[in-house]
Amino acid sequence: MPDSNNINVEFTLNGNPISIDVAPRDRLLDTLRYALDLTGAKEGCGEGECGACTVYLDGVPANSCLIPTYQVSGRAIDTIESIPADALSDMLASGATQCGACTPGVVMTACWLKRHPELLKTHTVRELMAGNLCRCTGYDGIIDGITDGCQSNYDRGNAS
Amino acid sequence: MRRIERDYPIASVGGDIGLPADDPECPARGNTERTEFGRVAMGAVLDMLEEAKDLDSPTPRWVQSIGNQRGVGSQPTSTLMHCPDERPSARSPSSCKPDASRRQSKRADQPAPEVCVQRLEGISKLTGRERYVDDLPFDDALWGMTVRTRVPRGRIRQIKFGSAVDWAEFVVVDHRDIPGPNEVFLIERDQPVLAADYTRHMHEPVVLIAHPDREMCRRAVADVQIIVDEEPPALDYRLPAGPEQIQRNNDNLFKVLKIEKGNTERALEQAAHVVEGLYETGAQEHVYIENQGMIAWVEDGVVVTKGSMQCPYYVVNALKHALNRDESQVRVIQTPTGGGFGGKEDYPSNLALHAALLALKANRPVKIIYDRPEDMAATTKRHPAQTRHRTGFDSDGKLVAQHIDVTMDGGAYVTLSPVVLSRGIIHAAGPYACDNVLIDGRAVLTNAVPFGAFRGFGAPQTLFALERHMDVCAAQLGIDPIELRRINLIRDGQTTATGQVINDGTDRTAVLDQAAQAIRFREKQRAHESFNATEPYLRRGVGLACFWHGAGFTGSGEVALKSRLRVQGHADGRVEILSSSTEMGQGTWTVFTQIAAEHLGIAPADIIITTPDTSRVPNSGPTVASRTAMVVGRLVERACDDLRQSLGLDNATRGEAVTAAIRAWHNTNADQSLFGEAQYEKPPGINWDDDTYEGDAYGTYGWATYAAEVEIDLRTYTARVIDFVAVQEIGKVLNNTLARGQIQGGVAQGIGWALLEECKWELGGMKNCQLTNYIIPTSADLPPIRVAFLENAYAHGAQGAKGIGELPMDGPGPAIANAIADAIGVHANIIPLTPERIMGMMDQTHA
Amino acid sequence: MKVLSPRSLDEACALLARDPAPRPIAGATDILVHWPDNLNAKAETETYLDISALSDLRHITREDDVLTLGALTTYWDVIQSQACRDDFPMLLDAARQVGSVQIQSRGTWAGNIVNASPAADGVPVLMAYDATVVLRSKSGEMEVRLDEFYSGYKQMQRRPDQLITAIRIPRRTYDTQIFEKVGPRRAQAISKVGLAITHSTEGWRVVAAAVAPMILRCKSVEALLESGAPVRSPDDLAQAIDQDVAPIDDIRSTREYRQRVLARLIYHDLKGVLPAFS
Repeated sequence: MPDSNNINVEFTLNGNPISIDVAPRDRLLDTLRYALDLTGAKEGCGEGECGACTVYLDGVPANSCLIPTYQVSGRAIDTIESIPADALSDMLASGATQCGACTPGVVMTACWLKRHPELLKTHTVRELMAGNLCRCTGYDGIIDGITDGCQSNYDRGNAS
Repeated sequence: MRRIERDYPIASVGGDIGLPADDPECPARGNTERTEFGRVAMGAVLDMLEEAKDLDSPTPRWVQSIGNQRGVGSQPTSTLMHCPDERPSARSPSSCKPDASRRQSKRADQPAPEVCVQRLEGISKLTGRERYVDDLPFDDALWGMTVRTRVPRGRIRQIKFGSAVDWAEFVVVDHRDIPGPNEVFLIERDQPVLAADYTRHMHEPVVLIAHPDREMCRRAVADVQIIVDEEPPALDYRLPAGPEQIQRNNDNLFKVLKIEKGNTERALEQAAHVVEGLYETGAQEHVYIENQGMIAWVEDGVVVTKGSMQCPYYVVNALKHALNRDESQVRVIQTPTGGGFGGKEDYPSNLALHAALLALKANRPVKIIYDRPEDMAATTKRHPAQTRHRTGFDSDGKLVAQHIDVTMDGGAYVTLSPVVLSRGIIHAAGPYACDNVLIDGRAVLTNAVPFGAFRGFGAPQTLFALERHMDVCAAQLGIDPIELRRINLIRDGQTTATGQVINDGTDRTAVLDQAAQAIRFREKQRAHESFNATEPYLRRGVGLACFWHGAGFTGSGEVALKSRLRVQGHADGRVEILSSSTEMGQGTWTVFTQIAAEHLGIAPADIIITTPDTSRVPNSGPTVASRTAMVVGRLVERACDDLRQSLGLDNATRGEAVTAAIRAWHNTNADQSLFGEAQYEKPPGINWDDDTYEGDAYGTYGWATYAAEVEIDLRTYTARVIDFVAVQEIGKVLNNTLARGQIQGGVAQGIGWALLEECKWELGGMKNCQLTNYIIPTSADLPPIRVAFLENAYAHGAQGAKGIGELPMDGPGPAIANAIADAIGVHANIIPLTPERIMGMMDQTHA
Repeated sequence: MKVLSPRSLDEACALLARDPAPRPIAGATDILVHWPDNLNAKAETETYLDISALSDLRHITREDDVLTLGALTTYWDVIQSQACRDDFPMLLDAARQVGSVQIQSRGTWAGNIVNASPAADGVPVLMAYDATVVLRSKSGEMEVRLDEFYSGYKQMQRRPDQLITAIRIPRRTYDTQIFEKVGPRRAQAISKVGLAITHSTEGWRVVAAAVAPMILRCKSVEALLESGAPVRSPDDLAQAIDQDVAPIDDIRSTREYRQRVLARLIYHDLKGVLPAFS
């Protein structure tokens, strides 16, 4: 049982095993950005409001500013760096990004949502995207980019 | 069994839930509907005017508008494309009505579209690869942090360093380390880089600290105590300062401005009706998602600062002045900038100076990245403002006199207040014709953190007052609010408050009518009557606002700027645009690339553009004032012409002939550089007098009408927008996706300002400086924002464009306040209209 | 700071018996807010007991008469749960109002209880469903009614050596279930007024949030509802509400607003449900 000031953490990062020593106080966001040079996730608020630091923890979106790094031991983390560019053409075309600071988080939630169209039977896109604050787009470009991508596997026009 | 359903369907009831047919959040609509209904060429609009006169027409004929370039997104490997190759996608309906539209096909009789490009850096941003200032690796950099006074006003008596940290490990800077004048170079030089012996606001920087470990910096900041002999602060700009609060001249006024046309007092005396009103708007925080940040280092004797900013040459000037260096000894590089909205216009100068002072002393790179609370507390906000209207009408509802009195809170230092005030009062009389106008404006010193630039730059404040007042006037006169506006909208040949003759061929009543028609203003009014009579606690209302926004710098500003831009022809035939205009999300790169590609007839892929570095790019003026596409874009065109001229080509030469000539030039001029240059030239016939405030305040204006439908829950006094339409004439639309995004984003900020966003003050400092307590809209708070453009090319803008960036900030506030007044009959004259404020207004109304 | 990571519940309880007791941490959505800034000297020396790896504590179990949420059950778990959806739909309503998906996926119901915020979103519905809290320590297990769990601002029945292991909700038939959260916006909001109302054969439960130092049952309002006395406007509730709650002015709202909105919600939401409300 680790009871010392440094903790070795082994987890899966973007599909690859990784081992790293962290301090108990380290936030996953800082570990990713400053120790692992994965700077896609951004710090917008440091309190779980803006969602710019969104990553997947075992496949579900979570704010990496609110995750102590040691907690991801044995778990799977996926970051924006795992998303291939060719998955994002709808969002590019719809104007889903402007300044780009919220965008990595937006894309993480959006891609998760696209992979789980069944969520739209109970939730609206606008509710599910509410954890990602964007100050540029007014969200329409984002919503359009998601619903465009969902069209193939979800009948948007008759959703209820 | 009874359960109160919230607005979304609950899982347990699955698909059976009966959502109201026009609930914007219903998945069948809210999530799927296209959010725009296209753009219409000016000629086409004129065609449809006959139809538009009858707003109640249930199925208005809508002119098919030209295509939305989004359809070309099916080319994932390339971010560049030519629109002429585009074919309407199979999903596109061939025609559509305004409120049911999705993608639209091209009008057959439209001219061939110009080169159109998807956002150049879009994929880089979407994949998280774009490197912002805090993303840059800097192994040997120190973290820098700031110690602030925490007292709104007083004399600094002592700085106490505690014993919680070992100070030998730290680099510490105060005002004595400043090589030049302790002044932030801007309009005036009243703001110190670091407070020396006096503090004028709570977050005045005094001491800077640097250390390799960020956490150690935090501890060190907490270990410094600034002892201040406090003096009485001035905290309410609306009240005259008491003698003990006077800190500037004898009245605490930063700036007083006046616009005078005709004889307003006499006209008011003779008017058939005079309507008065008092209106107020609160401060607004920018909430760019990327906080402010800057890195500084010294390289071969040159101070280099690199960071998030809108205006690299503002930073150059600030560094030159306070560091006592000439231009060759300072260099400023922009990093990709995660939003600005005016918040990164002037403040980055302060931050760059701080980082540079630490770097000079440490002799190592120093990085200052504000966290959200510090950013919100210490940086600028939108000026709070109070506007008084006294308005005379003749018996037909025609405006005969407007007396407008504007007061703005400037905060502790002058910063940009004089020009914010200037834009504010010039817009204050609105897009109406009136022979007698008197506008008095003043910006007042208080001991609040300085207010600064924010999208709209004073105009949203005064236009809120004006357009809310127009509805108040309509009610008092017993005239329909749309009709009152139609009667008074300025027509070609008439003059503005400053005496500028408007003669641009735009049909402003068409803009008004289209917005009213698109939101189904009359239909909704009727529907609301029965809705409000039968619903136990929900009330709906609809409102609109007519407005204008001047593009580019005010008055002689563009002339004074003497903006310059270069294009460089590279040996491989590609053309690079060298400009200090920055990309911060609004699309500078994409639009400049389009303009250059179109102008030279070459592929967008053969245009290069990157973040400005002042060692390479000339001063194209600041990236503000809705001027980049229109004014600097025009310089792109002219620099391209100049490049052709250098090559001995005429302006009709395009495409491969140009690139071949560039390559050939390099073959014969090895190791030399090939440039084309342009400098701003005033369009003919534009004249402005800064002393009398008369003349052509702006080269051109965008014209708009926005309409909002709101629903108020009387259980909680909460208002929300359930439909929003934004119709505007902005010259030529250069890129439909980007233009639509500018409008929707600006409207979202406007909705936030109108309903949610409230800075709570304590001793001139923002108390709620975190995103949990300063409330900006989420996706769940907004309806789809429906956008339409009317196009009427502006002769002196790049490809006919006018400025667009600030315009959408002006309309939502008054349109929403008017809709709330319509719904529940309150005097909705102050924003934000938070539930607590609406509750108070209802009490007043019923008292 | 130090972190203890027990591998079993027994080990966790043994570690909690230390003096001073370590502070339990699970989803971290409250503790890590502004973490670096809040990591003051005290937190720096504090010891945390991380229970997030005790996966046995993450479950939703339906038995004949009770539904049990394990201590590590998240909001998102409940949103996905058919059992909760069938029997306790207000749990889903409340869960969906917590922060965002990113918070719902991490935050736990037990954490919401012990964080003891007067504005908590999860606690009101649990209380209105007569939930109990299972507390375990080295010396044994006890069960406390949630409506008796709090005694003041951040004051609660849990001793430092106790860990919440489960939340138990009796299964009943409800004829009224009302949940309201009034936040400053429609998502990602901290409650300005919260309300949960149920009615079953056990009677009325009216629970209010953000209107007192702790979340509590409005017993006077409950009594008024039981009495069947006529209520013809929100004002008719004012006296009872005044006896039950003590809202304050703060950065998020005002005393006046909270008090009035609570009355208006109760009135309008019950009008048409109860004959006494007209």
